[in-house]
Amino acid sequence: MANEQVLTVPGRYKEIKRICEFIAAGAAQAGFDDDTIFHLELCCDEASTNIIEHAYGEEGAGNIVISYALSDDDFTIVLRDNGTAFNPDAVPPPPSVTGDELTSDELTDQLRIGGLGLHFIRNLMDEVRFTSDRLSGTPLIMIKRLGTRQ
Amino acid sequence: MTESIVNINVEDMKRVELVRVSGRIDSSNAAQFDNVLKEVAGRKHNVVLEMSGVDYISSAGLRAMIALLRECKKHKGDVRLANPSERVVEVLALAGLDSLFEVHDTEASAVGSF
Repeated sequence: MANEQVLTVPGRYKEIKRICEFIAAGAAQAGFDDDTIFHLELCCDEASTNIIEHAYGEEGAGNIVISYALSDDDFTIVLRDNGTAFNPDAVPPPPSVTGDELTSDELTDQLRIGGLGLHFIRNLMDEVRFTSDRLSGTPLIMIKRLGTRQ
Repeated sequence: MTESIVNINVEDMKRVELVRVSGRIDSSNAAQFDNVLKEVAGRKHNVVLEMSGVDYISSAGLRAMIALLRECKKHKGDVRLANPSERVVEVLALAGLDSLFEVHDTEASAVGSF
């Protein structure tokens, strides 16, 4: 991967802003507009939060390794952890976006469960790949096409 | 290290609790936001969130807002938004939750709507 930049941080919530700033700097250099940079920050925030909450199950249980690389066509972000692998396909979309007719009461009742973060990632990135590679951690690959730049 | 900063100011408006929020709300400080909102919901069930100064919010922040809304609705109250920033509006829409909150252009309009 060309021009790869890597940041390794402890899996703690207070590191999320650092992760976002790292990605925002790379995305700005790649020429993305402010809205897209916000989307990339949000996706990295949600992915990192999922790693802490679901892969590690708690704060401080392992590291998060985040990298980005710029090619002619893509801005590729990879997040790795050494926690428990999970199947994102088993996470249902949040009830608010399934198209079901729900009252606001039903909606607020059902939203106690997670799934929003994954929903954001799937909707804001052009391509998302989850793989299970126990040797190098569990990578989440998120790709933004450079054609989406202003 | 740079930390995520959220500023929260609560004002008792007699019939309504007005919560002015600004800054960045992510997983590192959503618990702080949630705690303030829980305290607010413990006093009154009509709440205005003034969010013009929120420049970043993740799903962790949305969850705190939804928890507040659920608690207020349980007691026949409501949560209304005053002048939410573009980021707040966008993230609510992305989550499909924009219809849950009545949005007002100004703080006065939101407070006066109760």
